[in-house]
Amino acid sequence: MMAEYSPTELMICIAARLMKTARTAFIGTGIPMLAASLAKKLYNPDLIAIFEFGGIGASLEDLPRAVGEARTFYRAMVATGICDVMETAQRGLIEYGFLGGAQIDPYGNLNTTVIGPHDKPKVRLPGSGGANDVGSLCWHTIAIMKHEKKRFIEKVDFVTTPGYLSSPGGREWAGLPAGTGPYRVVTDLALLGYDDETKRMKLLAINPGATVEQVIENTGFELIVPKTVAQNEPPSADELRVLRTEVDPGKLYI
Amino acid sequence: MEIIESGHEELLQPPDVEGFRRWLKENKSPALTDKVMDEREAVKRFIKDGDYLGVELYGTVRCPMSVVREVVRQGKKKLRLAGQGLLEIDFPVAAGLVESMDLTYVGYEVLGLSNILRRATESGKVKLVEWSNAAMAWRFKAAAMGVPFIPVRSMLGTDTLTYSSAKVVKDPFTGIHVTLLPALILDVGIIHVHRADKYGNAQIDGISGFAFEMARASKRLIISTEELISTEEIQRYPERTVIPWFLVDAVVVAPFGSHPGEMCYCYERDQEHLVEFLKAAETEETTQQYLRKYVYGPKTHQAYLDLIGRDRLEALKRANKGR
Repeated sequence: MMAEYSPTELMICIAARLMKTARTAFIGTGIPMLAASLAKKLYNPDLIAIFEFGGIGASLEDLPRAVGEARTFYRAMVATGICDVMETAQRGLIEYGFLGGAQIDPYGNLNTTVIGPHDKPKVRLPGSGGANDVGSLCWHTIAIMKHEKKRFIEKVDFVTTPGYLSSPGGREWAGLPAGTGPYRVVTDLALLGYDDETKRMKLLAINPGATVEQVIENTGFELIVPKTVAQNEPPSADELRVLRTEVDPGKLYI
Repeated sequence: MEIIESGHEELLQPPDVEGFRRWLKENKSPALTDKVMDEREAVKRFIKDGDYLGVELYGTVRCPMSVVREVVRQGKKKLRLAGQGLLEIDFPVAAGLVESMDLTYVGYEVLGLSNILRRATESGKVKLVEWSNAAMAWRFKAAAMGVPFIPVRSMLGTDTLTYSSAKVVKDPFTGIHVTLLPALILDVGIIHVHRADKYGNAQIDGISGFAFEMARASKRLIISTEELISTEEIQRYPERTVIPWFLVDAVVVAPFGSHPGEMCYCYERDQEHLVEFLKAAETEETTQQYLRKYVYGPKTHQAYLDLIGRDRLEALKRANKGR
């Protein structure tokens, strides 16, 4: 019998699995905090979680509610400041960065600033925060998003955080550090990556219960779909137990 | 240096490093004078209409909320602000005191978005210039260094840069494109710390956010502190002084000064109060009711703490896990 789980729980588990061998990860607010905590407890106790306002290597015993709160450096190795953390990323010492967004395009550019025109917005969103820095400076970025046609679109209203911009080599031309860029997109329907040549988004695996057609239907741009698409495993009983009883027992997020 | 691209937005505060030097020379003194005063006096003496203010760290974490409430009570107008968009931004915005902002983030993370800033920006009342978090901290760093700009590798290729006042140039040494961030010199910086002496020597526990840089990027600097300690204590641990006395203009003693935010190792954030605030923030009318009750109502920080209630504050203290 399959255990029941929510789409959010599934995304957390898939994101946590991506951190099995990671050494360092820049953790933003929300789902990345849960994924990092789950990965640390289940797969990779040595994972170093880095928070933008200065927490490096926290125990993540209690789930943080903000990227600057005490839980981001409780029993940590280091409590420093934002310049030090961001400069560590700028020097190339942070492997993975997690990002969210209201909109994403085929090159992995993300919008968290405005829907509609900037000076007369339809909806004002939170803005960059540390996202632009994470997307600029970490080696690989992983976006976590709900898979909807209005979110996966050909052109985002505002490029808050750089993906591959508009072409292969676009990042390097712009001056962003060489060899960096979007790596994976975790959604409630699928796991996606990027084509090596075109740098456009590519379907890698579908989530349990979802179909390739459903993924295509919910993507507002032409997605690269390889002949064979892998199947993601559903959350295991172990993953769900640790997630619910140890990572977020207070049900802050799940 | 070849300019590749320029952000469209005007500079809300020009990086006048020459003016900053002259100002500091004329106005800062190494004299050991007692700078302890209450919120009312500090705000009255050092903040004026039209000033560009910066507040550290951010609305729910080690934030000088008692000073922010006093700024709103005194109705300082036409303010320009820097920083994170939480309570410290929402209060003056809701009170109609803010003209423009250099901003990176306007949300409450796990608690969701702020309707106050949404209303103000969607109606065009407050002008926003976009930056990233690191960019804002590095702009303070440039000012702290006393240089007009700092080259960095964030914001490149994005609309975040287009809607900022940064520039992209070709670096003369390597030929790569780098972002030049203009130094951000504050008219007034406001920082909440764990401990300070009467002269303004300040210690911070836990993460330091951007306090080090912002303190050095400020013309006027108001420190609020959980605890006033002796100068002898400061001198026993001089390496712990992150903000030296000669930068500081006012020392405000404000226990629970970060409420409803948290102070690491001291007290937890008041989650219930934050939820109450965000609920109130949903409409203009309830926002004004909140301000009347919690900001305009209590005329002093002590009156505010009395309103919140000793039991509740003690519970926030007990809930803290310590080290």
